[in-house]
Amino acid sequence: MELFLHQVLAGIATGGIYACMALAIVMIYQAIDHLNFAQGEMAMFSTFIAWQLIQWEVPYWAAFFITLAVSFAGGYLIERIIMKPIHNAPILSHVALFIALFAVINSLAGFIWEYQIKSFPSPFGTHSVLGEGLISAHDAGMTGVTVTLLVFLFLFFRYTRIGLAMRAAAANPESARLVGIRVEWMLALGWGMAASIGAVAGMLIAPVVFLEPNMMASILLYGFAGAVVGGLTSPGGAVIGGVLVGIIENLAGTFIPYVGSELKLSIALALIVFVLTVKPSGLFGRSVVHRV
Amino acid sequence: MAMKTRSAFTDLIAFFGALAVALAPYRRWLILGLVLLIVLPMPFVVKNFFVFQLTLAMVYAIAILGLNLLTGFNGQFSLGHSAFYAIGAYTAAILMDQYDVAYYWTLPIAGIICFVAGFLFGLPALRLEGIYLALATFALAVAMPQILKLSPFEHWTGGVQGIVILKPNAPFGLPLNPDQWLYYFTFAVMLALFLCAYNLVSSRTGRAIKAIRDNSIAAKAMGVNLSLYKSLTFGVSALYTGVAGALGGIVVQFVAPDSFTFALSVALFVGLVVGGVGSIAGALFGAWFVLFVPNIAEHISKGLAGAVYGIMLILLIYLMPSGLAGLVRLVVMRFARASR
Amino acid sequence: MTRPVLLEAKNICAYYGATQVLHGLDLSIAEGGITTLLGANGAGKTTMLRSVCGMVRATGEIRFRGRQIAGEATEDIVRLGIAHVPEGRGTFVRLTVEENLHLGAITRGGKAGIAADVERVFGYFPRLRERYRQQAGTLSGGEQQMLAIGRAMMLRPTLMLLDEPSFGLAPLIVQEVFTILKQMNEREKVSLFLVEQNAALALDLADHAYLLETGRVVMAGPARELREDENIRRAYLGY
Repeated sequence: MELFLHQVLAGIATGGIYACMALAIVMIYQAIDHLNFAQGEMAMFSTFIAWQLIQWEVPYWAAFFITLAVSFAGGYLIERIIMKPIHNAPILSHVALFIALFAVINSLAGFIWEYQIKSFPSPFGTHSVLGEGLISAHDAGMTGVTVTLLVFLFLFFRYTRIGLAMRAAAANPESARLVGIRVEWMLALGWGMAASIGAVAGMLIAPVVFLEPNMMASILLYGFAGAVVGGLTSPGGAVIGGVLVGIIENLAGTFIPYVGSELKLSIALALIVFVLTVKPSGLFGRSVVHRV
Repeated sequence: MAMKTRSAFTDLIAFFGALAVALAPYRRWLILGLVLLIVLPMPFVVKNFFVFQLTLAMVYAIAILGLNLLTGFNGQFSLGHSAFYAIGAYTAAILMDQYDVAYYWTLPIAGIICFVAGFLFGLPALRLEGIYLALATFALAVAMPQILKLSPFEHWTGGVQGIVILKPNAPFGLPLNPDQWLYYFTFAVMLALFLCAYNLVSSRTGRAIKAIRDNSIAAKAMGVNLSLYKSLTFGVSALYTGVAGALGGIVVQFVAPDSFTFALSVALFVGLVVGGVGSIAGALFGAWFVLFVPNIAEHISKGLAGAVYGIMLILLIYLMPSGLAGLVRLVVMRFARASR
Repeated sequence: MTRPVLLEAKNICAYYGATQVLHGLDLSIAEGGITTLLGANGAGKTTMLRSVCGMVRATGEIRFRGRQIAGEATEDIVRLGIAHVPEGRGTFVRLTVEENLHLGAITRGGKAGIAADVERVFGYFPRLRERYRQQAGTLSGGEQQMLAIGRAMMLRPTLMLLDEPSFGLAPLIVQEVFTILKQMNEREKVSLFLVEQNAALALDLADHAYLLETGRVVMAGPARELREDENIRRAYLGY
């Protein structure tokens, strides 16, 4: 029983990370109807920037927030400079562009920082919290930061003018223009925020999986799984989906024989396919009705 | 319109334009003739390794054509074609290695197996559209190497180490080395498959397939059996890519799980976009890009090869959104207009 | 009595892709008045409205209070004081009535001002007060139309463009809406530019009218005159 609880709590912790990635993915999806396959690489690059700052003796939390700011700017610029020319291009062009972005960012990271794994510090320490071996400090810290971030985002979108404007721009760009919202700026803002959220996810998971250019690939996958399970049209659903995926991944890895780390990935994917066949709009999403 | 001073240059353009218009009905034969002229003497003109690379380019062209049939002509998104390629490759390898089947029989067998696999995958995929289908096929692509490595199957698949195949010799004692023979063999297969694809696309079935892409609701209203056609197209698409996989395995002489990762699916997809969606000839362009540009990128910068590749791809998407084939179409139209 | 010209459009040609839809339209809207654009389906009425707001590719001159606005972005034109109630109402269906109204005032600051404006909207459309926290998509057609007009009012516009406000509404509701539009025009001094298929209603409400046929103005003048015109009566008023 204690093992079960331990695994569930650990699953919630990593699930928080997947939830962050899922949220970043859904945010961009709501704005442009496309999945950003390069989201993970952007998060990885941000984490490297944080690592570099820490190497230069910048204290952890300062590096953390500087990285958030730099990531925000990066996401904003990528949207304004690279994504803008293909706004009206067909879906295939978008996907190809994301793939290209993935290649560029991954290669750049490998070039600048090389491929040997590096350790990334955790600001939470390694001792146990809540009784012996139930949950590690880092896991608890991860969950705490994730929850804080999500609460902040909820309040932002619900109660601020810019949050409302962003929601409107994503929901109905034409009507948004008719009330004077600069839709392009809102889009770029969304990218910036998604990049920052991804950076948080990267910096939180790096102490666990170790920092190297290919670290985010499977995490992005779990993020996709979470977003799809929760429903691509529901940010709240994406979060819950991410946490669910984390829990299921952990429990499957611990309790089902033959499931080593490699097969854990396949389980996440089997989940995606299953949900997609049974309920394409996910647990909380709504089916998009197309008028003929 | 103001009178333009006629220069030799304008006359030249007009001449080419008139030529393009006059030759347009025969352009398919012209292209075929041109292709034969360039392709046939190749193995005797270039080094063996380059012959090998050219053969691989043709293999990729077939695979990309398979993907094109599904995505370009039928509008169904797939990021999972590396899985069908893998099935084809492993089918050929297992048949040749463990059952001593001749290499040319492995192609149709691989094709049939992949057709069934594609059709079966296409059935549940019917309910998925656009990005959801992309995700499901993505899942398939990532799962495939895992499945190939699973211990229960090791007896056939050779596990992580894979299977080694022997390259076949030229038949009837022809004076060709194995690489040259495979070049011509692959070319013949490619030609046959391309012609079949062209016929399929221009036929009634082809029109139904394209109608589904353009407006599936209207197609259904006009009596096109959506489920049947979509699954069939999936099957045919998988067949093509599977045959390519079988050929690829024979050419490379080796199959292993990690040769068929998601990266291969990405390469096929990029080849599709670069060559031009909905264009059969474009598959060749795409294959060339996918095979040779990474090498070029590495020449430009060893450490930043991926970045150079990515930048070239980005530029291509900005400048040629309809792929190389689209660009060619545009140029021909411009010439045709200038001649009037 | 001549009023100053608020909006003036000269030689407007509009295109959807390669197809030309408007062929050299000339229009002018007087300050404080109600102008209507009539015509059958496909005449180009909606296109004209969209051209004013920069939502459609168009050539020609459009001057708002003397300032050239042709070619500017929609959101910039809107910020000059032109509110547009689009075809289909353009409601943010997943957002609440409250959020929809607040979005109308999103380009302004000042909490107190917005609260007062919302009250004013409720003054005209009491039904919206009951539905304040409901999702806009759950409102009836008539209520959504009221919400759309309310949202436009929140902009404190000088000019309000309305695209077929009677569309899909029961006759009683339409009467209600049009009465309120008249009140709005008189009390808030908002000029209205109204596109309507329902010629009878529009000519009752408006002071000035234009008749559009396949992208060209074929008749223009005081509404009273058009109402009495023999051809219009037969073609558009049914008697």
